[in-house]
Amino acid sequence: MNIIEDKFSVWQKRFSLSGFENKSSELAFVQVPADQTVAFITTVRDLDGYKHLVFFTAVDLLEDGVFRLTYMLHNYTTKHDLGIQTDISRDSASMESIHHLWPHGATYQRELKEMFGIDFPGSPGVNESFVLEGWFAMPPMRRDFDTKEYSEATFFPRPGRKTFDTQEYMKEQLYPSEAETW
Amino acid sequence: MSDSNKQIDEIASQMKMANDGLSEQDKAYFCDTRPHAVEPYKGILEKFANWARSQSLWILGFGTGCGAIELRPLMTSRYDMYRYGIQPRPTPRQACVFVIGGYASVKTAKRIVRSYEQMQGPKFVLGLGSCTVNGGMYWDSYNTINRLDHYIPVDVYITGCMPRPEALLAGFNTLKGMIREGKAEGMNKYIENFDWYKANQKKIIKDWNMPDYNW
Repeated sequence: MNIIEDKFSVWQKRFSLSGFENKSSELAFVQVPADQTVAFITTVRDLDGYKHLVFFTAVDLLEDGVFRLTYMLHNYTTKHDLGIQTDISRDSASMESIHHLWPHGATYQRELKEMFGIDFPGSPGVNESFVLEGWFAMPPMRRDFDTKEYSEATFFPRPGRKTFDTQEYMKEQLYPSEAETW
Repeated sequence: MSDSNKQIDEIASQMKMANDGLSEQDKAYFCDTRPHAVEPYKGILEKFANWARSQSLWILGFGTGCGAIELRPLMTSRYDMYRYGIQPRPTPRQACVFVIGGYASVKTAKRIVRSYEQMQGPKFVLGLGSCTVNGGMYWDSYNTINRLDHYIPVDVYITGCMPRPEALLAGFNTLKGMIREGKAEGMNKYIENFDWYKANQKKIIKDWNMPDYNW
């Protein structure tokens, strides 16, 4: 039993963790309920040495109706990465802010607000535009946002564009061996 | 007031631009007169001017997309664009050729319009790479424009993803030929179809916080 599994059993006494995945000696993932996430992050940051927020991102799981947030933390002493995953509802998506733990967390949250429409009440500048300027449509990283339809309606497509099926096209072009690999 | 004066006033009022994106205070800082087309000189004078223009193409040093990487080998010793009288300049006021280096996001398009309008005439645009022609590999992206010629006039397109410096040189030579023949009239085309270009630009640039024409 390695150190991280020891730690997991300690954490489990304090938090209702719903899952644990030990990917390698350097990487593990923990699934935490949304209302305990910030408390859990504070604990592992202050007591277990995961002092560095590597990244904070979201995945749109449209079929499950949730956004999966991933906070990736790093421990400089043990050279270990810990991914903390939590699911929040896609409708009126909102999450507690972590800007008080890491100031640069506010930047990630600003990006998530713009790209996914996930709100972080209290996060500094969360409503300011991050990359897009003057964006009024649905947040573009949501999977129900049809980027092709939006592009065709907005950007004057030049007529005459052809699309080929890659595999068929390669066969026609006498690269059957290449086609096999697709 | 005579009829002709009335007519002049009416025309003058139509010539004014709204400068809608600016605050009341800022409006005073910018000119609200519309740009007007430039007549060519007469006869041999214009031919001489065009020959001179074609021999001294100064590029605006604004790499707008990934294709701008091709400008580095072009300006260094291997391809050496200086032998064609082409050289980069740091500001729009000093430049006469704008090389759009590949894809242009909406955010960049705003800066492209602003820089293009600040360039002094005669000015020319080279569209570099497939992305400027029809969006290239980013044709269905939510944030990159498809056709550059709907936002600023393009004199020469250089296709490829991305085109080699040789292709760029060929494009420059095509442009030189067009200038000598007096066919590179992009600037006048822009001014004659000013409202169409502005409408297209304002369709995508939602936070228009600059003057309608960036003098």
